[in-house]
Amino acid sequence: MSDTLAIARSQILAPVGLDDGHLERLVGALHSPAIDAADIYFQSSRLQSWVLEDGIIRDGNFNIEQGAGLRAIAGEKTGFAYSDELQFPALAQAAEAARAIAGSGGEASVATGTTPAVARLYQPLNPIDSLADADKVALLHRVDAEARRADPRVKQVIASLVAVQDTILVIADDGRMSADVRPLIRLNVSVVVEEDGRREQASSGGGARRDLSWFLDEDRALGFAREAVRQALVSLEAGPAPAGTMTVVLGAGWPGVLLHEAVGHGLEGDFNRKGTSAFAGRMGERVAAAGVTVVDDGTLPQRRGSLSVDDEGTPTSCTTLIEDGILAGYMQDRLNARLMGMAATGNGRRESYAHLPMPRMTNTYMLPGDKDPEEIIASVDKGLYAVNFGGGQVDITSGKFTFSASEAYMIENGKVGRPVKGATLVGNGPDVLTRVSMIGNDLRLDDGIGTCGKDGQSVPVGVGQPTLRVESLTVGGTAG
Amino acid sequence: MPNLATADTAERLALLEETIQDLLKEAKRRGASAAEAVVSNTTGLDIAVRLGEVETVEHTRDNGLGISVYFGHRKGSASTSDLSPGAVRDAVRQACSIATHTQEDRCAGLAPAALMAGEVPDLDLSHPWDIAVEDAVSLAIACEDAARAADPRIVNSEGASFGTTAGLAVYGNSHGFVGGYPSTRHELSCAVVAKEGESMQRDYWWTTARAPEDLEAAEAVGRRAAERTVGRLNARRIGTCEVPVLFRADVATGLLRSFAGAISGGNLYRRTSFLLDKLGEPVFPEFVRIYEEPLRPRGLGSAPFDGDGVATSAKDLVTDGVLKTWLLDHYSACRMGLTTTGNAGGARNLSIGLGRDNRAAMIRRLDRGLLVTSLMGQGVKMITGDYSRGAAGFWVENGEIQYPVEEITIAGNLADMFKGLVAVGNDHDFASSITTGSWLIDRMTVAGE
Repeated sequence: MSDTLAIARSQILAPVGLDDGHLERLVGALHSPAIDAADIYFQSSRLQSWVLEDGIIRDGNFNIEQGAGLRAIAGEKTGFAYSDELQFPALAQAAEAARAIAGSGGEASVATGTTPAVARLYQPLNPIDSLADADKVALLHRVDAEARRADPRVKQVIASLVAVQDTILVIADDGRMSADVRPLIRLNVSVVVEEDGRREQASSGGGARRDLSWFLDEDRALGFAREAVRQALVSLEAGPAPAGTMTVVLGAGWPGVLLHEAVGHGLEGDFNRKGTSAFAGRMGERVAAAGVTVVDDGTLPQRRGSLSVDDEGTPTSCTTLIEDGILAGYMQDRLNARLMGMAATGNGRRESYAHLPMPRMTNTYMLPGDKDPEEIIASVDKGLYAVNFGGGQVDITSGKFTFSASEAYMIENGKVGRPVKGATLVGNGPDVLTRVSMIGNDLRLDDGIGTCGKDGQSVPVGVGQPTLRVESLTVGGTAG
Repeated sequence: MPNLATADTAERLALLEETIQDLLKEAKRRGASAAEAVVSNTTGLDIAVRLGEVETVEHTRDNGLGISVYFGHRKGSASTSDLSPGAVRDAVRQACSIATHTQEDRCAGLAPAALMAGEVPDLDLSHPWDIAVEDAVSLAIACEDAARAADPRIVNSEGASFGTTAGLAVYGNSHGFVGGYPSTRHELSCAVVAKEGESMQRDYWWTTARAPEDLEAAEAVGRRAAERTVGRLNARRIGTCEVPVLFRADVATGLLRSFAGAISGGNLYRRTSFLLDKLGEPVFPEFVRIYEEPLRPRGLGSAPFDGDGVATSAKDLVTDGVLKTWLLDHYSACRMGLTTTGNAGGARNLSIGLGRDNRAAMIRRLDRGLLVTSLMGQGVKMITGDYSRGAAGFWVENGEIQYPVEEITIAGNLADMFKGLVAVGNDHDFASSITTGSWLIDRMTVAGE
């Protein structure tokens, strides 16, 4: 941890001449006797992106953001101000604005210190520098060529490559400092295929908290290109999706977006403290079938949804949300944990210094069962096999959720049959998992593509699950 | 030298224009043949209250800078939130460095000089509200109180929010065009929770405007939020069926957005729109007119020039049901061998001609079918028009609402839905850059039990 702290100090504090004395004065200015908690969040981030379209590198962008968010909390009240200028006077002004929430009062005296070492889940590297720019564009050209080589019906390829280094430094009200240097890479391939006037589009990709060579290992990027083409060609063959309630087999991996929507959001601490979640007050009750265990795990090395420490400086953890079908835990940030008399779970996340933290998911997945995936499909007389999904959405209060299949097949007499068009699936969060009747032994996490939106803030997340058989899900197709 | 944090609007505007000139000069010095940049400075106050108490007070202040440089037909871009002279030079350097690796794209570059907006008209978009924190809190509490008092079944609240922002944005390019203007936006919204038996529901209402006096009254916003929330209680599921569907006006905005997306340049030159090759053809029934008014005074979507510096102008997108124009920026227009329509940044203040029927009359016209009041999930595929979304609303029989429904989907294809538009209501009753009444669509598949 100490080297990430050194990086954060040299990247963020040194260029503007902020020393520990300044930080102590700022935290002191935020922290009066009426204040229960306060923190300062410094952030410096660099993003570089490249876009290939029609076989040429069309555009690239370099983005630099830096700033600090200052927060003071009294009871359930939060005062917040931020500044993209990091000079001391600008920050002092922000501290004053944030603290006004608690009225006037004497300033506290605070001394800075360092948090205990936490496990490092990824290298504190800058992925932008991990590959020469010429090699990044060459990689996108290879992706383009691979997609076009895969099938002559490919008419358009758009490939993008993004590398981010996000450095954060949190100073809590007790003066403890935590830092994190977070690399994040993402590659995406989108293809358009055309045959006899019918056009379809599909995309694939992946990402991780690693350097860019990960996309070159085992030609991973080319695999994404082939996968996008395969999905688009399946869509060309797809007929209308069925409409109505039926047995659905969900594939392993990214279909875990089901868990994110159906139970994940409803188990975030803020909605439960306020009693606005369909899961509020149901701790200890059965919300899933026996054998269903769901966790939120921010500690998986190098995963897109992982963090060494969250945006409040709390080390992330593996939180069991549902244990063998019984509701077992919530995801908490510091504010909601304190108000509910629980422990913070390392789920306090924010999009940037200009946003307030809230309880958010990291990597949310279901543990594997003992069924062979083929046995699960073979068990279904008539139903839907959904293997790829777009996004989803949930109404936290009513518990109703949706998620949209982008690749699906009919199952007839235990066999995977004709492909059908994508369709939205709907269900009720608090009872959908009670209808999980078979759990595969093939747990898989997604390829590192997820972004979750809440209250207008986006953060990278992961999902995963084994193959699942779910009874009576509603499928929103057009065929009777 | 004035400081962005303390200067008045005119001084800040001059400062941002100076930054644009610095950016363009630096790009030229580095050998760029053309460049364009946008800089912005926004300040604001956001308040959230819940159960009668302040929850958060946020003071916001955002700067932004984006630059694109062109070396012939090679492009590079950079952006930052730091407007200091050093950061400005650094952004230009980064954009130029990017352009050494991008490739010749014959359409990369500025829109033609002759199309640049001349005089920038004053669209009356700036009405700053220097409201004290305590007054903003009182307003939000009045809004939430009205919602909580409206019905005994309102048992909980997600709170009410007040927000005000005042922004300045300046765009300039190496043709010599520099244009900037101030704009403001104020918002008040409220979300409450109702409970009856086992049923718990949440809904919200909002008001937003350029000028404070154009906002709906706080109490009216609260009462509307309560009414919408209570109406959802004890929702049931319905069986799978094919029926006519009425999209309530505030939900029908999404259909107009999808239409605008389908005729936008990016989806056309990439051939990812279901309306390809439909220019000059009927895409709606004959009674439909859809138009854009980018210069509407105080309009929430108004702008005197588009993202390329091209003057915006009012136009019909659909007349008598026939598609009259695409929505193009300079780049997509070039790719299609056409001229920009001044739509870099999309359609501004989109409207559909309203019909004669109010909401009750539209429900009578629906007779038997589904009134949709809420949609969930993505489920719109632009390349095929395939449409499948989670929905909630009301079941209607004999022209009257019977009961609320939820946990269902509605599905169809947008091309068929547009052609199957039976009537548009006159019940436009919300603040948005999109103006529409309710849409009655002849037939969709509803999936339920």
